[in-house]
Amino acid sequence: MTALTTHAPILLIALPLLGAFATPLVGKLGRGVRNTLIGLIVLAVAGLAALLAVDVFAASGVPTIYELGGGTFTFPLSGGQVPIRILFEVDGMSAFMGLIAALIALTGAFFSFSYWKERSGGNLYFSLFLMLTAGIFGMVLTGDMFNFFVFLEITSIAAASLVGFRIWRKQSQEAGFKVMAMYTLSGLFVLLAIGLLYGQYGHLNIATLANSIQGSLTDMIALGLLLTGLAMKAGAVPMHMWAPDAYGEAPAPMSAVLVANSQASLYGLFRILFTLFGVTISTGTMGWILIVLALLTIFVGVTMALIQSDLKRLVAFGAVSQIGYMLLGVGVGLAVMAARPEYGLVAMQGGIFHMLNDAACVGLLFFASGAVIQAAGTRDLNQMGGLGHQMKWTSIFFAIGAVALAGVPPFNGFASKFLIYEASFKLSPFLAVIAVLSSIMLLAVFVKAFQAAFLGPRSNASAHVSDPSPGMMLPMVALVLVIIVFGLFPGFFVDHIVTPAAKALWDGRDAYINAVLGG
Amino acid sequence: MNIGNLPFVVAALLVLFGLYTFLFKRNLIKLVIGITLIETGVNLFLVTLGYRTNGISPIYTFAPEAQKMVLPTPQALTLTSIVIGLATTALLLSFAVFIHRHYGTLDVRKVKELKG
Amino acid sequence: MRGLSSGFGMWNPIAWALLFVGILVVSFIVRSLGNKGYKRGTGQTKVFLSGNDEPEASNGLHVRGDHLYWGMVDGLSAYYRRVRAWHTGILSDYAAWFVGVLALVFVILVLVR
Repeated sequence: MTALTTHAPILLIALPLLGAFATPLVGKLGRGVRNTLIGLIVLAVAGLAALLAVDVFAASGVPTIYELGGGTFTFPLSGGQVPIRILFEVDGMSAFMGLIAALIALTGAFFSFSYWKERSGGNLYFSLFLMLTAGIFGMVLTGDMFNFFVFLEITSIAAASLVGFRIWRKQSQEAGFKVMAMYTLSGLFVLLAIGLLYGQYGHLNIATLANSIQGSLTDMIALGLLLTGLAMKAGAVPMHMWAPDAYGEAPAPMSAVLVANSQASLYGLFRILFTLFGVTISTGTMGWILIVLALLTIFVGVTMALIQSDLKRLVAFGAVSQIGYMLLGVGVGLAVMAARPEYGLVAMQGGIFHMLNDAACVGLLFFASGAVIQAAGTRDLNQMGGLGHQMKWTSIFFAIGAVALAGVPPFNGFASKFLIYEASFKLSPFLAVIAVLSSIMLLAVFVKAFQAAFLGPRSNASAHVSDPSPGMMLPMVALVLVIIVFGLFPGFFVDHIVTPAAKALWDGRDAYINAVLGG
Repeated sequence: MNIGNLPFVVAALLVLFGLYTFLFKRNLIKLVIGITLIETGVNLFLVTLGYRTNGISPIYTFAPEAQKMVLPTPQALTLTSIVIGLATTALLLSFAVFIHRHYGTLDVRKVKELKG
Repeated sequence: MRGLSSGFGMWNPIAWALLFVGILVVSFIVRSLGNKGYKRGTGQTKVFLSGNDEPEASNGLHVRGDHLYWGMVDGLSAYYRRVRAWHTGILSDYAAWFVGVLALVFVILVLVR
């Protein structure tokens, strides 16, 4: 077991990657064999992520370092070690993101097995899905800037291919081109910034860079490029316009994994702001930039969602809006980090806890939307109706996901939003006002979607629909259980899972540097 | 101005030209060319970072004694970036082919079904 | 369970759920002490629509998607006209917004440092 825990970081990336390349070959043997292989891989990935998280959270603030070969890490290279110094440094925040990615990959894979039963092209679809999962894990576990860029590009290519997967549908191709162009643009600017930092200091490792960084003009330019590039990839307004296209046109299970991809870029942004730059920059300014982006995202996201007539685009705008809550929580924490008041840590706990809650709720909403669109045969909300008579369980799950995302007690969305509201109110009441009003408007948005799709008299066109097969219901049930359990016991989960992640960013910079450079 | 700074200036100009092409041209293929220009500029910037004056190639076989070498790491970074650029350009161009097949046009101002 | 505490407040969902169930029980007890002269199936239980008959479940009864919040959208129409117009579907505009925010961030960072 300890060998498995030691090698968990590299296995979390290697297993999906090998699976991605093996799937087209294994798929020739039949669909059952392929599904078994992929099911085993995602179960193994989920187990490894849980093991790694338990190990890292128990180490209480000291990050785990993995170098290739699995030996103990010593800073000057001693004889007999593999001379590759690309390290994986897993601290509380990385392990938390790994848990989110594992949850979404697990439910997405099992939903996809049933969703693709009557469709063709499943081999390529699952291959791209495994590559996207490998890329997400690579982004959150790595301790090296250029390695981060490589995994960023892997996820970009896999995500854009999944968005444009349905080549018979012209909107998918348009969305795929737009997504790929925007991702490549942001990736190139991120690479430019990494080149600037490398030219200045000669290192690529995040910990050694953090040790040597000063706030010179070149560093500020690099920070601007990294901030904007990664915020664009996460979907911050006003650079968010690719996001509704992408989440709306991807196949339904993959929209959830694309949201996890955006959260991984958000993780990269936090890693750079808190650990790489940390106290060398004016954290008040950076925090307020994040807060302004967050307010814009929250408000524009939810108001644009109200006027959509395409179901998946509506849920996509809702997902964009929730990214704003994460930015708001962590932005408030960053803005007050110099003075270290108590509510800064509370704000970060709220923002980080909201990442997990949002992944579960938005995942559930996208799965339910996929089931609804498959049953109704149309995506237009103006033509659907009366599905609630025959699809009782799907309507209940959709309602639970919507109500949880809008922050209604006692579900998990309220727990994280409660922390964000209270802490941001302390910084400035205007922030909390916008956040609460947008939560209410999000409830209005989902009432519109629920009413249009599920309520109303039975229609003749949908006389033959029923609840989707158990293969599609079980992942939704799993996410509903996550929502209910995290909602009923938030204190337990915040203390044991979220606080190590928040503390790793809030005051874990020295521990991060010392883990590599020693003492 | 130091003549050794010229590659950096050229890299910056390439990035700016690529950004101009991406923002102001209408044909989808020209947008892809713009991305390729930005990529070329960034790759040139990365390779130039490693140059040391009067350095030789970083190969130890048959190297003369006590000779300064250029840094090998940026060359590895650039190779990786070139390969990634190949994959992204291929994907972008295949999407452009499908867009032309569906929409009948390559004008980016007409490919706007997903709006609002 | 202990519940979640921010620095200023406390949220205990178990206590909330127990309170909610308690209120439901109380309201159910109050309801069951109700009117004894109440008969099902007669005119007492039909929906009151100002004396009109309940319409048939035909097309046009179900308020479709976009019509549900038309009042709110109409009230905010000044905002929506501008913001919806910004969401052109054109890729060059997406990149223009990106470069605009990048320039703004550069200006802020270089000025404040």
